[in-house]
Amino acid sequence: MKRLTIYKPKSSTHIFLGMLPFVLLLLVYMGGSSARLADNPNDKLLPSFSTMGDAVKRVAMEPSKRTGEYVLWSDTASSLKRLGFGLSIAALIGLVLGIMTGALPVFSSALTPLITVISLVPPLALLPILFIVVGLGEVSKVALITIGIAPMIARDISRRAQEIPDQQLVKALTLGANSMQIILRVYLPQLLPHLFNSIRLAMGAAWLFLIAAEAIASTDGLGYRIFLVRRYLSMDLILPYVAWITLLAFIIDWLLIKLNQKLFPWFEAVGKS
Amino acid sequence: MIEGKNIWKSFGQDTILERLNFKVEKGEFVTLVGASGCGKSTLLNMLLGTSTPTKGKLLLDGEAIPDQPNADRGIVFQHYSVFPHMTVLENVVATRGFQKNGVTGYLFGSAKKKAVGEAKSMLEQVGLKHVFNKYPSDLSGGMRQRLAIAQTLLANPRVLLLDEPFGALDPGIRAEMHELVLSLWKEHQLTVFMVTHDLKEGFYLGTRLWVLDKIRLDPTFHNAYGANITYDLPVGQTDSELYQGIKSDLNKTLAVMP
Repeated sequence: MKRLTIYKPKSSTHIFLGMLPFVLLLLVYMGGSSARLADNPNDKLLPSFSTMGDAVKRVAMEPSKRTGEYVLWSDTASSLKRLGFGLSIAALIGLVLGIMTGALPVFSSALTPLITVISLVPPLALLPILFIVVGLGEVSKVALITIGIAPMIARDISRRAQEIPDQQLVKALTLGANSMQIILRVYLPQLLPHLFNSIRLAMGAAWLFLIAAEAIASTDGLGYRIFLVRRYLSMDLILPYVAWITLLAFIIDWLLIKLNQKLFPWFEAVGKS
Repeated sequence: MIEGKNIWKSFGQDTILERLNFKVEKGEFVTLVGASGCGKSTLLNMLLGTSTPTKGKLLLDGEAIPDQPNADRGIVFQHYSVFPHMTVLENVVATRGFQKNGVTGYLFGSAKKKAVGEAKSMLEQVGLKHVFNKYPSDLSGGMRQRLAIAQTLLANPRVLLLDEPFGALDPGIRAEMHELVLSLWKEHQLTVFMVTHDLKEGFYLGTRLWVLDKIRLDPTFHNAYGANITYDLPVGQTDSELYQGIKSDLNKTLAVMP
């Protein structure tokens, strides 16, 4: 028997071990659910999978009686739109600020203290201010995500920019490059893959801000829906929504990984060496 | 011509170089050896422009060397000398792009075609014919240095600086690189400064060997006195006429190459 510290499971064992906790959780849930339902058929806390299936069917395949929309899809579209806008704007602001502060010491002196302070402000504490200033519409939700994420990305990109070896920058100068060329040809392309990774890391926080903003002031969206049906203890809808949000987060993360590999084939090897 | 006039370099209380005087003619190949901490790299950085003398003057063709790197002086470092996000060909084409006085440094149309042609012939000269579309991370250490040299030479610098360029390479590969550098030096009539910690390399490569060492050594405070050029040896026989000297040196050098 090999020591556990060097024992590596075979690939089939590896996959089995990975699936095991999921299967166990499901079994535990099903056991708990059927035990409670046997006690009280109207129990709402741990609904059976068939009840959840019915609830999902209602929101995904039948138009809402009130608005005529397919609720799950319109919620998803609104939420993804907010998330997409918020993240894109944050990524753009973060990239520009990050490159400027990382590549140009003058800008770093002027902006780094400000960015550091802003990044320490809890974004949710700013939400009431946003509601007062820009109202309860779409802008406030997108702005919350942007304000919450942009400083994170800016700081990460700035640090990554400073990690680019001096030799490369000196080399570019000796080839005759000017400052703008160095930013656009040496810094920017090497920071874009880091931007993708930075967005991936920020995604969790972005969902948090999105759901919080939707829960407080919204008329649609995934976060709005689960907080709405909470009033009726609709676990049969909340649980599938949470699973759906998780799946969306997983897919977006996977897409970002694939896109990163596709766009920047050189990146992985550089990280290793 | 490069001239140093009574150059001192100190960092706070630490004196690294003192009373350095030298003259180097166009076409000379100077190798700098010395113990670590004796200012080889400091001197090279001053030539490069990333560092300036504390006292004294460093002149390139009679004018003070600019205090920041520019296209006058090319450099090949031991590591990180090429751009990892560009392919081999793009790395060399970038040289032409950077020379153009634009915002992006990208080339288009006929300018790009011309640059690609020049880059390809330069890459062929350094022996990188078959890897145009690979990324530097796919290359061996020796090939990466060949790429770095091609990229630098396309910029046609007045002075070529080599900062321990072959220090991380295997002996066999290093010998190949010596051959390459000597042939390029001859062909492009370059003025070369090369820092090395390999005394043998310093002896067999180039026309002139500088040994940087401290003449006075304070045993309790090593950097009380700076280093100076303690040996300035013509490697091989230098004729009165420099060109002939260079040529015979080259042959001699090539003859003793392993």
